[in-house]
Amino acid sequence: MCLRIFSVIFICCFLSCAVWADPASDQTAFKNYFYKKFPEIPVGDFINGVYAIDQTRRQQWLEIEEFPPYDIAIDEGEILFNETVFSDGSSYSDCFVDGKRSKKNYPYFDVNRNTVVTLELAINDCRVSHGEQPLKYKTGDIAKISAYLALHSRGEIIEVEVSGEAAINAYEQGKKYYYSKRGQLNFACVDCHVASSGMRIRAEILSPSLGHVSNFPVYRFKWGSIGTLHRRFSGCNSQVRAKPLAGQSEQYKNLEYFLSYMSNGLKFNGPSTRR
Amino acid sequence: MAIKGKAKMRGDVVQVKVLMKHIMETGLRVDATTGEKIPAYHITEATCFWNGEEVFRTNLGPAVSKNPYLSFKIKGPQVGDTLNFTSIDSKGETDSGDFIVK
Repeated sequence: MCLRIFSVIFICCFLSCAVWADPASDQTAFKNYFYKKFPEIPVGDFINGVYAIDQTRRQQWLEIEEFPPYDIAIDEGEILFNETVFSDGSSYSDCFVDGKRSKKNYPYFDVNRNTVVTLELAINDCRVSHGEQPLKYKTGDIAKISAYLALHSRGEIIEVEVSGEAAINAYEQGKKYYYSKRGQLNFACVDCHVASSGMRIRAEILSPSLGHVSNFPVYRFKWGSIGTLHRRFSGCNSQVRAKPLAGQSEQYKNLEYFLSYMSNGLKFNGPSTRR
Repeated sequence: MAIKGKAKMRGDVVQVKVLMKHIMETGLRVDATTGEKIPAYHITEATCFWNGEEVFRTNLGPAVSKNPYLSFKIKGPQVGDTLNFTSIDSKGETDSGDFIVK
């Protein structure tokens, strides 16, 4: 009898472990999948996406990076960040303790607000709290400021913390979004960027998800301008013929949180150029 | 808004890369709110000087993209020399930038 109760408890424990895998073991499994799939890629090189896989594209990209098209955006972002004076006389530096080196602190889970705070959200929160209009989230000035801040966090390690019930919940929501099928073409993020990563999709190569968030904001040749991570998310949604969500919507923030946690330990290398 | 550029010595040839910030309006786009055509406004000519001597010149038109990027090779300049790059647009406004050969 005693043994039977014990074994039932044991099975319950086992089941709960299997269903509610903790973020840390998710991360290990996620990384190991890519390490096994791309044994020839040095771990730190995953931040370069497709350019870690394909040598020809890497050469072209390195050539572009020598004098990148996002240079103009960085200069404009620097002016916007340092010289904007809000109507109450304060500036961006009053909101960001680390000033231009702030990118490394995002995203994080804010327990008081019960939400994920990303860099772009923080930029607009700063504006709103000082009586300014918020900026558009996917492109334009916010991407330029973000590019300037990203530049000064290059080489910093991605260290996203997921602890506490509310944070784990946000993480789980992001994970669910990542693994859910959507759109007319019935694709989940995972289908292309995990299962099919490294394979061709017409003329392009699918990038591995590991290191996806490190290089944003990016100048995309398809866009002809610089854009934020959430702009890219909406592009992904449209490509599978799903309705794109608004920038900084809960789902996108949670997805960013999940993806950033998966890339913990890699280095920030934004802004960058992508095709 | 200065023109940005880099000049790098490769063997005995200098590789120059230039990025010019310009809207490059074609004159064919229509303003969605007023329904009127946006007038053409683009860079017409870009020139590179070395010690006051013209070493490169090109004509640009409405078919060239926004924020044009140019790359060309020239022989002659040595490491440490300064190249002066200027552009003129269809309104007669000029822009320039100096780059040191590295």
